[in-house]
Amino acid sequence: MSELEYDPRLYTGALNHREDHAPGDEPEESAGHWVRNSNLGLGFSIVLTAASFWAVGSHLIYGPAIPVALIVLAIAQMGVHLVFFLHVTTGPDNTNNVLALAFGVLVVFLIVAGSIWIMNHLTHNMMPVEQLMQMQPF
Amino acid sequence: MSDTGLPAAIEALRRVREDPHRLGHRAHGAEAPVEGAGHGATGPANKRIVVGYGFWIFLLSDIVMFSCFFAAFAVQRDATAGGPGPRDIVELPRVALETGALLLSSYTCGLSFAATNARNKLWTQIFLLITGLLGLAFVGLELQEFISLASRGITPQRSGFLTSFFGLVGLHGLHVTVAGMWLATMMAQVQLKGFRREIIHRLICFNLFWHALDIVWIGIFTIVYLMGSGA
Repeated sequence: MSELEYDPRLYTGALNHREDHAPGDEPEESAGHWVRNSNLGLGFSIVLTAASFWAVGSHLIYGPAIPVALIVLAIAQMGVHLVFFLHVTTGPDNTNNVLALAFGVLVVFLIVAGSIWIMNHLTHNMMPVEQLMQMQPF
Repeated sequence: MSDTGLPAAIEALRRVREDPHRLGHRAHGAEAPVEGAGHGATGPANKRIVVGYGFWIFLLSDIVMFSCFFAAFAVQRDATAGGPGPRDIVELPRVALETGALLLSSYTCGLSFAATNARNKLWTQIFLLITGLLGLAFVGLELQEFISLASRGITPQRSGFLTSFFGLVGLHGLHVTVAGMWLATMMAQVQLKGFRREIIHRLICFNLFWHALDIVWIGIFTIVYLMGSGA
């Protein structure tokens, strides 16, 4: 007997409201809920993307602050994507998803910040290239 | 849960005190455990949860790989070796078009999953097709950019900066290309096999992958293109 025959609930694939669910998946089956989430996500993303492209071209923002503004806008938009497109929430049925995400963010932070930090120090402490060239035995 | 016969209010108080954030419990209090929920009492979780969660872990590892390319780009950003720098290779109008195409494709991908949940094959296929065409437009624009750069002698072997640039942007473009092939496969499977359980699992994973590619692109258009054009 196959798995499908004795458990019709598994066949429909419908999720129970009281069980965990993976990102991008929710017990909600009504299409309206998914469409509303997509609309909200698209709306917020358009606003944030437009703000990013505007910030680069405008002269209203203090020059050195532009990269900071861009990074803040990018992180905000990633948050919008996570919430409205990937359906990651803070609910108890999402604990596993959020914990995995937090670990991923930690690793990404270590790799990026660590690389920049170490390589900057290396560049800083390295002998200038001209002197290095002179030391080569030709 | 407990069957001590305590009044419900006291029982609720005890639960809140022992586990204020309900980490080990369901949101709806003391009920019989759900079969397949994966909370230990009734065995492993449903396939749908396990598949989706496993793919989530893969996506996070994929994002860690992208972060290595981002780190390489950040380190090599000034290593232009006298060649073209970030400011010389960025064309903002094309990047705006690419961003729009990918964002819209993420949106239509979400709509296709709404149609999947409504078990509507026609709209699922229509939205998947639009998603695929927008993805194709994105890849086309990126190829055009690479070809126009190469025609100006700007190729990966020119400098450390260009190596990291083509590596990062090319890796993302490769992901979108592969995802496009996956999308075509999924459309064929939906058409021929219908909304079977495993097909829906694959659609969930495909949705996750496509949205994750859009998230990575947010990082690329911000750090590589916008910050390259301005600073």
